[in-house]
Amino acid sequence: MNIPMTTSEPRYVARSVSFYSGADRSIRRRLFLSRVFAGACRFVTYGSLIVLVVLLTAIVWSSLDRLSPDFVYSTNSSDPDKAGMLAGLWGSFWLVLFTALFSVPIGVGSAVYLEEIARDSFAVRVIKTNLSNLAGVPSIVYGILGYTVFRSAAAVLKVWFDGQHAFNVMGLFRLRLIKLPIYEDNILVGALTLTLVVMPTVIAAAQEALRSVPGSIRMASLALGATRWQTIWRQVIPAALPGISTGVILSTSRAIGEAAPLIMLGALTITTMVPGNIDSPLKLITRPTQVLQAPLDQFTAMPIEIYDWSRQTDSQFTAVAASGIMVLLVVLLAINAVALIVRHYASRRLKW
Amino acid sequence: MPAINPSSVPPSVAGVDRNLDMSAHAAAIEARGLDFYYGDHQVLFDVSLTVPERSVTALIGPSGCGKSTFLRTLNRMNDLIEGSVCRGEILVEGQNIMDPAVDVVLLRKHVGMVFQKSTPFPKSIFDNVAYGPRVSGERNRSVLADLVESCLKKAALWDEVKDRLTKPAMALSGGQQQRLCIARTLATNPRIILMDEPASALDPASTDRIENLIGELCANYTIVIVTHNMQQASRVSHQTAFFYKGVLVETGPTLKIFTGPSEKRTEDYITGRFG
Amino acid sequence: MPAVKLPKWATQSVSRRHEKLIQAALFLCAALSVLTTAAIILVLLTNAVYAPGAKTAFFERVSLWEFLTGTHWKPVDGESGRFGILPLLCGTIMVAVIASVVSVPAGLGAAIYMSEYAASREREFLKPLLEILAGIPSVVFGFFALKFITPWILKPVLGLFGVNLQIFNTLSAGIVVGIMVTPLIASLSEDVIRSVPRSLREAAYALGSTRFDVSVRIVVPAALSGILAAFLLAFSRAVGETMAVTIAGGQQAIATLNPLQGAQTMTGFMVHASTGDSSADSISRMSIYAVGIALFAITLTINIISGWILRRYREVYQ
Repeated sequence: MNIPMTTSEPRYVARSVSFYSGADRSIRRRLFLSRVFAGACRFVTYGSLIVLVVLLTAIVWSSLDRLSPDFVYSTNSSDPDKAGMLAGLWGSFWLVLFTALFSVPIGVGSAVYLEEIARDSFAVRVIKTNLSNLAGVPSIVYGILGYTVFRSAAAVLKVWFDGQHAFNVMGLFRLRLIKLPIYEDNILVGALTLTLVVMPTVIAAAQEALRSVPGSIRMASLALGATRWQTIWRQVIPAALPGISTGVILSTSRAIGEAAPLIMLGALTITTMVPGNIDSPLKLITRPTQVLQAPLDQFTAMPIEIYDWSRQTDSQFTAVAASGIMVLLVVLLAINAVALIVRHYASRRLKW
Repeated sequence: MPAINPSSVPPSVAGVDRNLDMSAHAAAIEARGLDFYYGDHQVLFDVSLTVPERSVTALIGPSGCGKSTFLRTLNRMNDLIEGSVCRGEILVEGQNIMDPAVDVVLLRKHVGMVFQKSTPFPKSIFDNVAYGPRVSGERNRSVLADLVESCLKKAALWDEVKDRLTKPAMALSGGQQQRLCIARTLATNPRIILMDEPASALDPASTDRIENLIGELCANYTIVIVTHNMQQASRVSHQTAFFYKGVLVETGPTLKIFTGPSEKRTEDYITGRFG
Repeated sequence: MPAVKLPKWATQSVSRRHEKLIQAALFLCAALSVLTTAAIILVLLTNAVYAPGAKTAFFERVSLWEFLTGTHWKPVDGESGRFGILPLLCGTIMVAVIASVVSVPAGLGAAIYMSEYAASREREFLKPLLEILAGIPSVVFGFFALKFITPWILKPVLGLFGVNLQIFNTLSAGIVVGIMVTPLIASLSEDVIRSVPRSLREAAYALGSTRFDVSVRIVVPAALSGILAAFLLAFSRAVGETMAVTIAGGQQAIATLNPLQGAQTMTGFMVHASTGDSSADSISRMSIYAVGIALFAITLTINIISGWILRRYREVYQ
């Protein structure tokens, strides 16, 4: 190789330079600073792990005095040695069941509309902005809404069904209704309120899952003469199903930990009452009338009971509250595990 | 104008006559004065092109020249893009498909499309091919089975997959997936098949199979193919149309375009001076 | 072309009447969220500002001026009731500020660590960890603050300096709320930090920068407005946080800036008042709506500002 060189250009002069770190003081200082900063960042990141460990240890340790199988088999009591979480467990079960029933179809439906059908219009922009704002509304505000709207509606129904249970239908015959004991602060009122609380997250999770379906699938389906809805129903939703179900289970499960909106509704704090008197899974099958009764019954929920036990002055209730937290966390853990299993199973089905 | 050495043009695949006399064929597609806009941005300028029945027309040109956009107007796939506006006329078998009264779903069964990336649905091979007829309302299993068999045969895939029709389509190789997509398109009984760079993601052997398949299919179907690969265009097509910056520069029998184009820009592109 | 007999479906349109119905139903689902917002605003306004019918709204009995400037909160019926929101506001702001002091460095540090330092496998471990932390219910943190942080950490540590700490105190409430919103700051900030173009980092490294230089001098300034939006969102979350502060912060509405003392927050008052048994249109009941409207207005304003900043940030890098 023949490199042309002009005389005016300075020649390449060898410099005494070492590329090994620590060779230069200013570089040494900068590298030290960099390392300290990295250490600090790592510390705060793993700090969350430390907090988690400390939190769980503290709770396990506090719960040792009370946690036993008997704790989940007995209802609340003013005696800390007898207080249990049965009522809260069943209350939370019914609440999350109905919350899921309400929020999943509406949430997934909204997500499908926003991601698959909506074209950019004023109405759609309003809905999207509104959803992002709703996600930031404190859950207690939904409690006020639930108290004022749903609970009042339940109160009206209560009077209606208590007062008259026979109607004259168009003057032809009298229709008799079974007397339904409806409470104002019933499970359905709670579930509707929690539905509003979790809805923005459910919609966001479903949207996320729909977005992850490649656009080429939609194109290919449409090009084969499928209609828009056929494409959504036969291709997009099945492909997004693992993501949708995982996201929706996780976001709905947040309802289990919510206490504030339920307390706003006037949910019971100190009660031994189990909705519909169904206190074992077996009775779900053997007592159908009670099953019908449960959604209209009063309730308490796990986080409400924990709140109540936490504020008791009798220090013996600390162990009760901690035991309650253990049960709550185990339930949440189980639901998370179910979500992961569903994702695994559904994505395997998808490959078939 | 310096003639290009005809020997530099590769031989065509079986079934393709590159000196085709287009007047002998009826027109399958006639585009007249087509303008296309994405929002304010115009991408097609006054494009007029006639595609003869049962032939292969290749659309060539540098990226962004509008050839894919043009292809996608032919079965109104561009309708899906928000803010797109199309003006002009496209006659498919004599009917103007730009008419708002046209049922695009029906149109797309008549004008099928194969994409650059093979897009098998995450279902079995059988379900993939049967998808089009199924969404159109065909429920009879034996009819579907016959249809799937004949389409897979036409797409030269039957022998490779006949024992594993219920296996996931995703497990096929890239070339097989693309032939599956062609079979899937054939299942809706189209007359016209649009192909958007169908072989650009495939290895040479699979490309070869696809090209031979095109040669076989053009006996019964009208094919419009977009390709980046000029050798491919010269091998598989009867007619070639060269697009540049949204304008249809030149169109003619493939051999003529590749050996004696009448436009300077066409020659520059074909001889590799740009693009 | 020989005449081919086509099946019926190839020449017939698929009926799409039911599709219109389905689309309309899906639109209604999506529109329900707008209805929810409208209902919240309507419910708050008709009980706090102007009540139609026989009921008397809160602000028809207590002047807005008294509500905003009064320094006593004594929500009882009759002559002795005092409805100045400042004590509640004090408690709320104190909790949110303490929470920010905890969560801003922690969340930002975690975000920087995850995006600039951690290997992808390490991040796959850290992200779910933060999600677990974010998924722990608020009551659990309340218990943790009241039964662990206060007696076992704060009291002994502060005791060394001779500082006396009450059982219910804003400090512990603020700390746990800070822990709760840290994952939010971390994940939002990580998102914005990641959207800083790679080329910017590479250019800085090519000029001989250390990781510290790149993180602190290049990436964070470039992502600053997005990070600010994350802080604001976390602050608003802290303002709206309920159960933890109710349990740990106590129920005394006193205008104080002393974090060692208990102080009721807006949310804490709402929980407390709704467990009482006052009648539905008594002023003590109606005061819930007044505090609710204040809470809603504060959080919504912060969220809107945050969303606006975030949108502008995204426009820069997209």
